Amino acid sequence: MASSLGGASVSQTDDFETFTPTTDVEPLKRAWRNEKAAPEILPFEASLVGRIKEQIQLMEDTIEEYSRSGIDPLIVSLYQMDLDRTQFLLRSYIRIRLQKIEKYMLYILKSDELFRRLSEEEITFTDRCSHDMKKHFDESVLSKLPNNYQDILRQSIISEEDDMVPEPPLDTFVVCKSKEYLEHIQLEDEEERASSRVEEPFEMEANVLHIIRYKPIKSLVESGRIDLL
Amino acid sequence: MAGQSDPHLTLFSAEEIEFVAEDEMVEIVPNMRMDSLNLICGDYGPFYPQIATEVPLWLAIALKKRGKCAIRPPEWMSVEKLTQTLEAERESQGSFQILPFHYVEMSKLLFDHARDDVPDMYLVRSLIEDIRDVRFHKVETSLESIDTRTSAVKIKDLSAMEVNIVRPFVGRALQAIYKHGNPELVPDQERMTNVQSQGHDHGQRRPLRRR
Repeated sequence: MASSLGGASVSQTDDFETFTPTTDVEPLKRAWRNEKAAPEILPFEASLVGRIKEQIQLMEDTIEEYSRSGIDPLIVSLYQMDLDRTQFLLRSYIRIRLQKIEKYMLYILKSDELFRRLSEEEITFTDRCSHDMKKHFDESVLSKLPNNYQDILRQSIISEEDDMVPEPPLDTFVVCKSKEYLEHIQLEDEEERASSRVEEPFEMEANVLHIIRYKPIKSLVESGRIDLL
Repeated sequence: MAGQSDPHLTLFSAEEIEFVAEDEMVEIVPNMRMDSLNLICGDYGPFYPQIATEVPLWLAIALKKRGKCAIRPPEWMSVEKLTQTLEAERESQGSFQILPFHYVEMSKLLFDHARDDVPDMYLVRSLIEDIRDVRFHKVETSLESIDTRTSAVKIKDLSAMEVNIVRPFVGRALQAIYKHGNPELVPDQERMTNVQSQGHDHGQRRPLRRR
């Protein structure tokens, strides 16, 4: 995501969607599944969420109008069900992101790349949440420790780097599927390949499920070529 | 943090998978007239008595519950097709028959809400259970081929529910294999276990115990 525009950026997958003129529910479901399955926070689907919010608003107005004008309650209830399902997806999507932020906020604040993936609301949440947490830790524990041990990011003053920041486990294995045939996926990192056995480049057939480490396919998930599930 | 289960062990709940399965399309035969529905998830209808039309499963069930339609079970759910599938499933040891990704959830939803629309329901249900069992046995045998050189697993034609069941085990096994095959990650872990282990426990055993 080096090409992100900054702030609540429009992700690359959004361009992808415009080619398929179906509803916005399928893309939202995909975003939801990817977000649920990915170990780290993915770019916020700003324009998709915006469109879905508009449609939810529209549907709420329609339902209100229908129930006032005495339309068949059956039809009203079907519209209501559709609305409920869409709202569930949207809420669940936003909640998973908030959970990830709660878990990795210190790391996200340190990483420009991840920070740029947040929406404006999420940025506010991250700032307030981390501020409150730091304050709480300071007041309850850290201020009572010896001077050398008062940092929230480091175990002690002699630590060379921030060694108490939980990081997203990118080595998690995920279940995924490619839309098209992909080849030359490098399963191992550069330095590992040098040390260990010779690994053939990995290839992925379209629509076949794979269980694979997240890190090597990370960029393919971000560009929308691989879906998690 | 506190109070939250590890999201990677129960990534998708059974309810969530069922929710997704409810978007699969089925054919219904309405018994009433109704205008088109312009829903967020798509446009369906118009509905005319005795004229079959395709709708998502959740919509079909909602109409069915109010006695407004009959649901036509999908073709793969006929006794004939399922018998064929079961036989083929038993014969081919290495591969899985192609079934809808949500075959388990779809059939369950239809059994629960549209039992009078499924001909020979008890037979159909037991055939599907048999297919599930045979497939699952195959999954288990194929998992035996995972060894210390495995860095990814390819699973062709596995269904949503089956994926969800094997995910925690396979994911963690592969992760463990990856970690142990990776010298860089080992010192880190030893340091951790040294910090934690007290008494005469062998540090090596600690990570296993914590699960």
